[in-house]
Amino acid sequence: MQKITREQLLDRAVALLSDGTVNSVLGWQKGEFDYDVTPHIFKSADELKEGFVWNDFCYANFSKYLVLKTDRIEGKLLVFLKPCDTYSFNQLLTEHRFDREKVYAIGVGCEGMVDVNKLKAAVDGISSIEATEEGLKVTTIYDDEPTVVAIENVLLERCVNCKSKKHVAYDELMGEEGEIIDSARFDEVAALEAMTADERFAFWQNELSKCIRCNACRDACPACTCENCVFNNPNSGVETKAPVTSFEEQMFHIIRAYHVAGRCTDCGECSRVCPQNIPLHLLNRKFIKDINECYGDYQAGEEVGMRAPLVDYTLEDLEPGEVLNRRGEDA
Amino acid sequence: MQRIGVFVCWCGSNIAGTVDVKAVAEALKSEPGVVYSTDYQYMCSQAGQDLIVQAVKDNNLTGLVICSCSPRMHEATFRKTAATAGLNPYMVEIANIREQCSWVHKEMPIGTEKAIILGKAAVAKVNLNTPLTPGESPVTKRALVIGGGIAGIQTALDIADAGFPVDIVETKPTIGGKMAQLDKTFPTLDCAACILTPKMVDVAQHEKIRIFSYSEVAEVKGFVGNFDVTIKKKARFVDETKCTGCGDCVDKCPMKKNPNEFNMGMDNRPAIYIPFAQAVPKVATIDAGACTMLKKGKCGLCSKVCGAGAIDYTQKDEFISEKYGAIVVATGFNVISMDKFDEYAYNQSKDVITSLEFERLTNAAGPTAGKLLRPSDGKHPHKIVFVQCVGSRCENCAEKGKEYCSKICCMYTAKHAMLTRDKYPDTDVTVFYIDVRTPGKNFDEFYRRAVEEFGVKYVKGMVGKIVPEGEVLKVQASDLINNKQMHIDADLVVLAAAIEPDKSARPLATMLTASMDTNDFFTEAHPKLRPVESPTAGVFLSGACQGPKDIPETVSQAGAAASKVIGLLCKDKLLGNPCIAGSNELMCNGCSSCERVCPYGAITYLDKEFRMPDRTTKIRRVASVNPAVCQGCGACTVACPSGAMDLRGFANDQIMAEVDAICK
Amino acid sequence: MQVKEYKPLIVAFCCNWCSYAGADLAGNNRLNYPADVKIIRVPCSCRVNPMFILRAFQRGADGVILCGCHPGDCHYTSGNYYTRRRMAMLFSMLDYLGIERERTRVEWVSAAEGAKFAATMNEFVEAVSALGENKRLEDLRCKR
Repeated sequence: MQKITREQLLDRAVALLSDGTVNSVLGWQKGEFDYDVTPHIFKSADELKEGFVWNDFCYANFSKYLVLKTDRIEGKLLVFLKPCDTYSFNQLLTEHRFDREKVYAIGVGCEGMVDVNKLKAAVDGISSIEATEEGLKVTTIYDDEPTVVAIENVLLERCVNCKSKKHVAYDELMGEEGEIIDSARFDEVAALEAMTADERFAFWQNELSKCIRCNACRDACPACTCENCVFNNPNSGVETKAPVTSFEEQMFHIIRAYHVAGRCTDCGECSRVCPQNIPLHLLNRKFIKDINECYGDYQAGEEVGMRAPLVDYTLEDLEPGEVLNRRGEDA
Repeated sequence: MQRIGVFVCWCGSNIAGTVDVKAVAEALKSEPGVVYSTDYQYMCSQAGQDLIVQAVKDNNLTGLVICSCSPRMHEATFRKTAATAGLNPYMVEIANIREQCSWVHKEMPIGTEKAIILGKAAVAKVNLNTPLTPGESPVTKRALVIGGGIAGIQTALDIADAGFPVDIVETKPTIGGKMAQLDKTFPTLDCAACILTPKMVDVAQHEKIRIFSYSEVAEVKGFVGNFDVTIKKKARFVDETKCTGCGDCVDKCPMKKNPNEFNMGMDNRPAIYIPFAQAVPKVATIDAGACTMLKKGKCGLCSKVCGAGAIDYTQKDEFISEKYGAIVVATGFNVISMDKFDEYAYNQSKDVITSLEFERLTNAAGPTAGKLLRPSDGKHPHKIVFVQCVGSRCENCAEKGKEYCSKICCMYTAKHAMLTRDKYPDTDVTVFYIDVRTPGKNFDEFYRRAVEEFGVKYVKGMVGKIVPEGEVLKVQASDLINNKQMHIDADLVVLAAAIEPDKSARPLATMLTASMDTNDFFTEAHPKLRPVESPTAGVFLSGACQGPKDIPETVSQAGAAASKVIGLLCKDKLLGNPCIAGSNELMCNGCSSCERVCPYGAITYLDKEFRMPDRTTKIRRVASVNPAVCQGCGACTVACPSGAMDLRGFANDQIMAEVDAICK
Repeated sequence: MQVKEYKPLIVAFCCNWCSYAGADLAGNNRLNYPADVKIIRVPCSCRVNPMFILRAFQRGADGVILCGCHPGDCHYTSGNYYTRRRMAMLFSMLDYLGIERERTRVEWVSAAEGAKFAATMNEFVEAVSALGENKRLEDLRCKR
């Protein structure tokens, strides 16, 4: 259950709308079911009171919406940012992808968001969900007793391995400021690295074979904001919509992760939106881990204006061969 | 669709010996776009070139593939041939079937097979070639020299002597720099002022040179041949055109207690001052922080005594804009701060001084009129300790010193020690060193004379601690050769402090988009082959701003930089390399990745208005490549995630086509 | 029936100023290396987009090697430093996906190192030949 209440955010949003600070509000809107909360731009106080929600399902990272929305609207846009969202926010500012002057950012404390898939696996036939101190009180279509699910058991992977409860950007903060967390987010990558090449190959073959090339990972990624993605560009030589050879999947996933290497804030949206549940964050995190190990700790989006590691160098950088073999010949 | 002609060269037997040239010509005939294919003994000969020209005319060819020796050998030749035939020179691609095929493979079938594949790759590339024209830009025939030390002076004189106007911008009230502060120069021991001041006069009198003293570069825009520079002339409250440099104002000024920068703060100067007798321009300057007239509106004595009426208390900073074709950086060096070197008691005792301060102490125009006297009590010191490498070669003390060798200290310390023993034979002089480095003409001979003829004691070892005790300085040191501790009661200690680039260099480098190393020395375009050019086209390096240097090295580098500038200013137009990067604005995100990897600062950003599909307009930030500055490395093309940035002549689709042709 | 000897397909990207000249020098000195190596000339090693390397693998290359000026000697001063980071990261990723490390390599070859160029190519071809055909990148998605 979130410490900040919906009413607190709603009151603040209404106040900022009415005093003219902002013209519209980028917030979460209730969907068909309690768990499919969707991003929405609210234009009025009435609209907000009607549809605005803030609960354990507000997982969407709003940063990317700013790229598309800020120059489409008059005046300022109010946006709510969870701690992890603020990293993407800064990274996009570093890359000049939206106008900071057009945004009023409220940092919202976050207690972790729910992975709908985990919840559905835990309880079948969900009809409604209520957040309580004990956990999520889930009512089903089968009319039996509501089940209470502890939120710790159904958190999104990115929240289990939360890297920061601290907001790195905001105009105003609601709730208490948290700390940067020394999380275990690289453990899975390390486990893969410890496997043999054959085992790694088998692991990824199994995962990537599920890909249906829906492009959801790219479309949700706040680092993938290209005006025209290379994979959509007929002149790039790698344009693929319906894959012709299996290899094109490879190319897509490697290039997708490579293009955001050093820019990826590890917000986890790629894995969250993947309909096939491919752990795509493990590709991005591999780059982050390698960068940390080879070029010094780097958290994209920590500050505006940082120089991403792949557009930087030192004279003493490791050779590619040294990077490959730094854990021994073949781990 | 291109109409491509393929020309396979035998190169006598050099190629034909291991490659079946006829088979290659035949195989390439059926490649897409190829309408003509032939072979000939020597394609680079006049007859061979005529054959190509004729074939272009007969077959209306639009592109050429020459299967021959390395493009590094004859690409230029065949481009000219293409131009003769009326084609754009960049419609030519070379398949290197000699150095990278016939010469490294022994068997005919293997060589032939590879030659065909290389030919196919070249054909695939030419299919995507587009005519390229080098960009032209005009050259402003005026140079700017930033810094008026010996480096800047020499550069300016050499450029001006070649007939080009030069402006010198110097932040101090006078030109002359560090060399003007020196007494004697090693290894010849001639007097620094005697060789420098005539040059300063030459600068002042040269009709092609303008001096902006007490000025700074405020802004730099533009690129090679076309720099727009704004110079900030700081208010000196004296009209330069009227001041005669008579010095009456200096004598009358009541505010006399201001540290004299020229004498390293070892004596005082008035609020209105001329740094030294031979200053150029010889014009007074009012120190606004010290003048009561400027601070409180009381006094005005200087104005009253000035016969020329040059004093102007209302003077404001002035901004001057000028165009230049080339910029020379000659910002020089400074001695590092000794504040963090507590072990040497620099801040505790006046008798611990740096070598530059020592230089002033022995200079006839210095605070002691050239007599070597202790700063604390004005007594003659009898025991002097010199400490070398103070802050230089500091591998583990980067927070206070420098990792590099300051290069000049070994020699000037030998000079100081030798001169002291020469003038004051009753003085005991000890030098502590890590190594004595004397690689220069007559340097080692000079050092040996200091030891052998003048009896300077050289001790290998470092000074650990200096403690002022009463009138003496207790020096604790180690003698590494005899493996013992030494204790010396010295009267004076001279620290050979490391030198570092002037603080103005870093912001200047940003303005010029010239790169610097981690020590803030400017980097050269190539460490061996282009040592006086910065990687940024049109920006040149002179003197210690590029690395520690002594005077002869500085002067030769200054001359070299001048000759490069002259070479540039001689041209009426600059022809660019057409194989440069270009950004597709429709795809550009404006993310700055390309700008960050560009070694030349060739990329800038513009806010451009775009019409969106829904008929609205949107202003987006997009990258723009300056064709006069881009050198065509292609670093930006890979940094660009969207592929908006591409390189002409080595375009993404061209290289992909080559890959595909090879891997088919 | 004669079994066709396995011949690897190697794509070598060489920078114009050092490595391509080094390859030319290997030719001048008649230093042999297998014809399986096909060189593509690029202005600088930093021109090589990871997409080119993946494309080569996609179209059937068994190994890709990238040669540039030694660090510190880049004609464009810093291009190869970017190459070093980019390729370190890309190759590490390919390794992470289970692709054999020996299929990719970066080597610094100066214009004077004709012998090093030939030796590097001989070594690289041998290492790739030992692995056989590159199937893993092709197969990464298809479970057999």
